[in-house]
Amino acid sequence: MTRGAGFFRPYMAFSARRPTSRVDGDATARFRQTMLPHMDAAYNFARYLARDPVAAEDIVQEAFLSAFRSFGGWRGEGAKAWLLAIVKHVFLDWVRAHREGTQTSESEDLTPDPDTPESLLLQANETAMLRQTIAGLPEPFRETLVLRELEDLSYKENAVITAVPIGTVMSRLARAREMLSVLLLPDAEIQRKAQS
Amino acid sequence: MTGCADKAMLLHALIDSELDAVNSVAIEAHLKTCAGCAAELRRLEQLRDLMTPNVRYTAPPSLHDKIVMGLTEAIMPTPKPQRRLAPWVAGGGLTALAASLLLLVMMPQLSATHLEDQVIDDHVRSLLANHLIDVATSDRHVVKPWFNGKIDFAPPVVDLADQGFPLAGGRLDYLDGKVVPALVYHRRAHSINVFVRPAHDMASPGNVATRRNGYSIVRWSHHGLECWAVSDIDLDELKMFRRDFEARIT
Repeated sequence: MTRGAGFFRPYMAFSARRPTSRVDGDATARFRQTMLPHMDAAYNFARYLARDPVAAEDIVQEAFLSAFRSFGGWRGEGAKAWLLAIVKHVFLDWVRAHREGTQTSESEDLTPDPDTPESLLLQANETAMLRQTIAGLPEPFRETLVLRELEDLSYKENAVITAVPIGTVMSRLARAREMLSVLLLPDAEIQRKAQS
Repeated sequence: MTGCADKAMLLHALIDSELDAVNSVAIEAHLKTCAGCAAELRRLEQLRDLMTPNVRYTAPPSLHDKIVMGLTEAIMPTPKPQRRLAPWVAGGGLTALAASLLLLVMMPQLSATHLEDQVIDDHVRSLLANHLIDVATSDRHVVKPWFNGKIDFAPPVVDLADQGFPLAGGRLDYLDGKVVPALVYHRRAHSINVFVRPAHDMASPGNVATRRNGYSIVRWSHHGLECWAVSDIDLDELKMFRRDFEARIT
């Protein structure tokens, strides 16, 4: 678009915003198309990380704004993993901001109580029990498990988001599953005791 | 763990489809002969079966709205055309004066064209991005209060189902850098978007009824509010819609 001079200047002055807003419009449309579909994934990840529905919403909202601002840096592949890496960053900021203020009760959840799941199994809401069990896993294991099992991300994507080598992802995943199977598969425990 | 210690990671990689062909064949051969590893694999599969999609949390609808609104605000800072004009007018000279007169004369048309483009963009985007409606209901008593607190004026919401234009819901969109309510009506299989904003702008164009890029656009103002209706239905039908809409408010 050429900048008009002289007589047509008023028109240019008036419509100067037009080209920018159109570029923005295109970027926004592209952002909406590629990133908004992963809002559930972002929320699920944030929810399991923060273990707090309100905090999860704040984190996702902030992550989307942050993602939009750095959308130019996205290389056009792995939209979900790219977005979730941002969610992780925002979550870490949130943890830092909250560490000073309120003390989180992380230590309580570090060791899952093996007695709860069986009693909870009796409850009609199996989903709530499963969610609670996953939420009870220590953070690095919970994080990797959620990314792998619930978000269906590859080891490689998992490694990028959690910022650890693939080998660590694999051992965390194995450890997370071991903990879960002890908690969720009662006969596994029995088998184990019988064999040892 | 019941399986062989050195095969544990391979079993995880197997159920995660992360093994290459060579390793897959090797571990599958091993599974046939090793009961411990086979049992371990079954355990992993049982666990996998528990991870049903409903274990996953889904984002509440209100979060969707907040994010879309946040993005809208992030990209559309309120434009200030007056400021752009001021130094230019101050630059003085006959050319400037003549041009500014021309501007005054032309502005309504320019502004109209500019807005028409935006209205069409908004309409198309609402259909493309599958984000036609935030609050889906034909009950105007639900749609109208939904806008409370989201915008600083009350848009007229009427149901025209008896005229063949049933109310489908409402949405927030942006027009000319401002968040505006959009009312959505249906006409057979077509959608009509009605954007409403306060008509205090000096540059507000007069009534418009035109076709542009295959879309019909009708603009009218009413009690200090400016309404833009856009749809792919016939211009005559859209004019009929405006008439019914206006008649229903008064």
